[in-house]
Amino acid sequence: MEAVVLTIITASTPLLLAAIGELVVERSGVLNLGVEGMMVVGAVCAFAAAYSTGSPAVGILAGVTGGVFMAFLFAVMTQTFISNQVATGLALTLLGLGVSGLIGESFVGLPGVKLAQLYIPFLTDLPIVGKIIFGQDVLVYSSFILIFAVTYVLFKTRTGLIIRAVGGNHNSAHALGYNVVAVRYGTILFGGACAGLAGAYLSLAYTPQWVENMTAGRGWIALALVVFASWLPRRLLVGAYLFGMVWIMGLYVQALGLGIPSQLLSSLPYLVTIVALVIISGNRTLTKINSPAMIGQPFVPDR
Amino acid sequence: MKLILEKRPERSKKMALLSPILAIGLTVLFGAIIFAARGLNPLTALYVFFIEPVTTIWSIEELIVKAAPLILIGVGLAVSFEAKVWNIGAEGQLIMGALAGSMIPIFFTGWQSPLTLVAMLVLGMIGGALFGAIPAFLKTRFNANEILTSLMLVYVAGYLGDWLVRGPWRDPNGYNFPKSVSFEGWQLLPTIGEGRVHIGALLAVIAALALAFMMSKTLKGFEIKIMGNAPRAGMFAGFSPKKTVWFAMLLSGALAGLAGISEVAGPSGQLQPVISPGYGFTAIIVAFLGRLNPIGVIFAGVLLAISYLGGESAQMTLGISARIGQVFQGMLLFFILACDTLILYRVKLLSSTKPATGG
Amino acid sequence: MTDFNRGDAKQLLEVRNITKMYGDLAANKDVSLAISQGEIHALLGENGAGKSTLVKVIYGSLQPTSGEVFWQGEKLTIANPAAARQLGIGMVFQHFSLFDALTVAENIALALPGKLDLPKLSEKIARVSVEYGLPLVPTALVADLSVGERQRIEIVRCLLQEPKLLIMDEPTAVLTPQEADQLFETLHRLSNEGCAVLYISHRLDEIQRLCHNATILRHGKVVATCDPQEETAASLARLMVGADVHEIKTRSAPQTGKAILSVKDLAMKPDGPFSVALKNINLNVRGGEIVAIAGVAGNGQGELFDVLSGEKLATNNDDILISGIGVGRKNINVRRQMSAAFVPEERLGHGAVPEFSLSDNVVLTRFATSGRIISSGMINAKASQNILLNIVEEFDVRKSGPDPEARSLSGGNLQKFVVGRELDRSPSLLIVNQPTWGVDAGAAALIRQALIDLAADGSGVLVISQDLDEIFEIADQIAVISRGQLSKTVPAGDLTLEEIGLMMAGSHENNAHQNNNDANHASEATP
Repeated sequence: MEAVVLTIITASTPLLLAAIGELVVERSGVLNLGVEGMMVVGAVCAFAAAYSTGSPAVGILAGVTGGVFMAFLFAVMTQTFISNQVATGLALTLLGLGVSGLIGESFVGLPGVKLAQLYIPFLTDLPIVGKIIFGQDVLVYSSFILIFAVTYVLFKTRTGLIIRAVGGNHNSAHALGYNVVAVRYGTILFGGACAGLAGAYLSLAYTPQWVENMTAGRGWIALALVVFASWLPRRLLVGAYLFGMVWIMGLYVQALGLGIPSQLLSSLPYLVTIVALVIISGNRTLTKINSPAMIGQPFVPDR
Repeated sequence: MKLILEKRPERSKKMALLSPILAIGLTVLFGAIIFAARGLNPLTALYVFFIEPVTTIWSIEELIVKAAPLILIGVGLAVSFEAKVWNIGAEGQLIMGALAGSMIPIFFTGWQSPLTLVAMLVLGMIGGALFGAIPAFLKTRFNANEILTSLMLVYVAGYLGDWLVRGPWRDPNGYNFPKSVSFEGWQLLPTIGEGRVHIGALLAVIAALALAFMMSKTLKGFEIKIMGNAPRAGMFAGFSPKKTVWFAMLLSGALAGLAGISEVAGPSGQLQPVISPGYGFTAIIVAFLGRLNPIGVIFAGVLLAISYLGGESAQMTLGISARIGQVFQGMLLFFILACDTLILYRVKLLSSTKPATGG
Repeated sequence: MTDFNRGDAKQLLEVRNITKMYGDLAANKDVSLAISQGEIHALLGENGAGKSTLVKVIYGSLQPTSGEVFWQGEKLTIANPAAARQLGIGMVFQHFSLFDALTVAENIALALPGKLDLPKLSEKIARVSVEYGLPLVPTALVADLSVGERQRIEIVRCLLQEPKLLIMDEPTAVLTPQEADQLFETLHRLSNEGCAVLYISHRLDEIQRLCHNATILRHGKVVATCDPQEETAASLARLMVGADVHEIKTRSAPQTGKAILSVKDLAMKPDGPFSVALKNINLNVRGGEIVAIAGVAGNGQGELFDVLSGEKLATNNDDILISGIGVGRKNINVRRQMSAAFVPEERLGHGAVPEFSLSDNVVLTRFATSGRIISSGMINAKASQNILLNIVEEFDVRKSGPDPEARSLSGGNLQKFVVGRELDRSPSLLIVNQPTWGVDAGAAALIRQALIDLAADGSGVLVISQDLDEIFEIADQIAVISRGQLSKTVPAGDLTLEEIGLMMAGSHENNAHQNNNDANHASEATP
């Protein structure tokens, strides 16, 4: 039981990290479909840095930097050059997969550096809950802190109010004197940092090694999760853990050897994503009230 | 220094032509930088990447073989994207087309007649179209985002193909290799001339020409352009947004399916666990690079095919990962999107914003 | 009215020789203007005269190309709206700068500096709004509020900053006459407290009632500064428009024929959380008459237009009859083939595709009715170009080339094209939503004349409009829509501005089921 919960946590954390970043991006009215690309670059940067220095902390930093760099490209393209956000996001993913392959080719098959897990004598040794609550790595705790921090910032602070205002009506925000483009640069870079963290988690904690395309569509699932959570951070928590459960369930059922084709079980998370999208999207009231009205729309200030 | 975009009163025709050229130029420039950073002579590397693939008959044939599926899928996506229906799952539709078409040689191994091939191609198109119909249905019925659903289905199709080839459809006499039976005779696409070029290339050009005609001359093309450009005005013209989604998904799905069956009945000659080296994704770049114009897609398809071959030859000659091809593809798409801004906007550099002091 | 001791009031704001260029086009040219404390100053001008540009310069959202700004005698630069607010300049926008998905308090907080403290702010909002007679619920979502309530948010937002100068951009365009009266009271009160008001409008009667001074703009230049009380409406109008105002040739009593459009008990569910439900709509438009539907924006006009045009289908086929034949479940093109024609409110993106050429925009609404445009699925470009030539000539559409993109046309010229495209085929029924919204006086006069001429030829015309002046100018019959309910149709001559105002505020709601054509019931509708 404990083992199951622990693996669910590892499967859910990267989804949660990537999704919370994208949620903030979308709240400001931007659709960045390049999560997968930012994530995979984050993963390879984190692995390479941690392998070269032996320090997972440097690895995490490198992962974040990689994600932010990719996000910066997206921000320049969509905010300064007003390119189509859908197409640019796709380009970011394709570029990210290519670049990560190029950087990572010399690291394939090398043993990685695993992120240390918390150990508090006595507390971590508690039966059942000990390892689950007190025995995680820093990124798992970060993912929870991020969810609550984002909830607080979005709904209790002026910064969050401005982000929501920009996503709700960029013309009004501009008329009131807010710098729409600057706000969006900020959220996009934050999204990149989160995606980079998610990638770092994959190559430092989930499976401490570098495998090409190791994100395996998790960036896309994170995008779906944001819709599933109807743009509310706390629902993201529920969604990410539900998906983590599905992911892990497949592995366990496979281990039972019931003769169910492994490919069917492997495709379960993707099928579940589709089902979840259908259920949420079908409810127009739910999606429409929270969904940022400006999402994907370009903004050009008049001067 | 501040960069300012000023909307042009009308789209610039000059920039529409110049922008792809500018984008290619920038890609080559940045490519040279990457090669140089890897300690390679950029000129040699660029020669190996871009020129070598078109210097021998053999490689030109290979180029056409690679360009054909890219064009076939790319023209379908161009039409779909023009309607702002974002079918990102062409790779999955390609796989389903390949699987559907392969049922003929796998279940009717002995059937040999010209009709065999026709049936395979038709089944391939139906397979791709049906798989494209799933996101269309989910979009029109449940308002589910087609980008995400079509992409998720790529993974599903990939696993399904993998299962079939390793399981029920495996060649019983294939020494346990994950392959189907080898296709023979009328189960294979006829080649053009002596080499490897098969009639898939012809199909691609025909599809591009037909869709070019549709987009520029017919009411259907008008409908697609308007639904993508100003859907509210499209409804005012009496067109249905839902029908547009269906049309775009079925058309692009069918063409991706055709590309899929053409791959297995052409260069591969049998089903394997991996059917395409990501043609369905690369075709997205092809569609954009071709300005979403079917004729433009033909040129873009050839160019992107070079990036595949260039990647391979760079790997062989220069010892650099074939992934370099993918990096070039991503960069190219980036630059083309940035350069497209120039069609609608004028870029101005201001030394600094002038405050209202005047006087 | 007791004037705040304006005699010795100090000068508050002065702008000198403001010029704002857009490329080669001067939106403002050498504009100068001065306002002192407590003064209500009118900025008068046609659409496109440069009023909004000037105001944006004063509010810091635009930087002038040249010119000087003085605030309380001191020369300075207003770099952005936050700087303007800091000085004490507040602005109520014409197209409100509000956020539908946020609450009233959040909307107001966005314009105030300092730490975010919503509970405290809500208290303050409640207090100020009661004090000035502008009731607001701080926790309400803006999406759920009426246009009048939304304007209150904008005003309260300004008042909380204790402004010295309040800029109001066409504030009454979206109000009922009664709401406008209430607004004037608030403005007088502010003026008496020493707050200056820069009041932008093209409604002459309001300016005469309200303002102490007026600056009149035409083509970006100041053409006159005057005391509006000393002018007549006609003289103001001449200053504003330049040449003498177009007189519209009205018809003798309309020759009404049989019903061309009949709507019976039409009801529509809202299309989403931000849309209006239509309830029990009953309406008749006969050949030869112009029926106008008045109402404040956002009361279901768009929804009604969509279901009448066929962009949304009605529940039952017989809810809507054209020339006696049910079309409620029929597509827009079927209705067009029955000689109906439609002009929506939004020109760009609904009535026309901005990025398409004009001839392609001809195809947009004409392909189903003009046989020459389409043959066996193919578009005949020649045919649509010929139609374009007719429209351009007949309606004086001015454009930059032979067949430019729609978005390159000015608002007035594009509207002439969009209306002309439908009138060119002499429809027997025309339904038009806000026919002259945001167009210059010349184009507006031409369009109104064309509508009158169409009715004179025996066609039925249904005009949905927010502009009461326009309605009284052209309509034979008037109905009022509010919150998705339509009042009875009343002959135009039997209605006063006050009655129509009460109806716009909803006095007829739930009464709409009575006999449709009985004019004598009009007085009953007013409580």
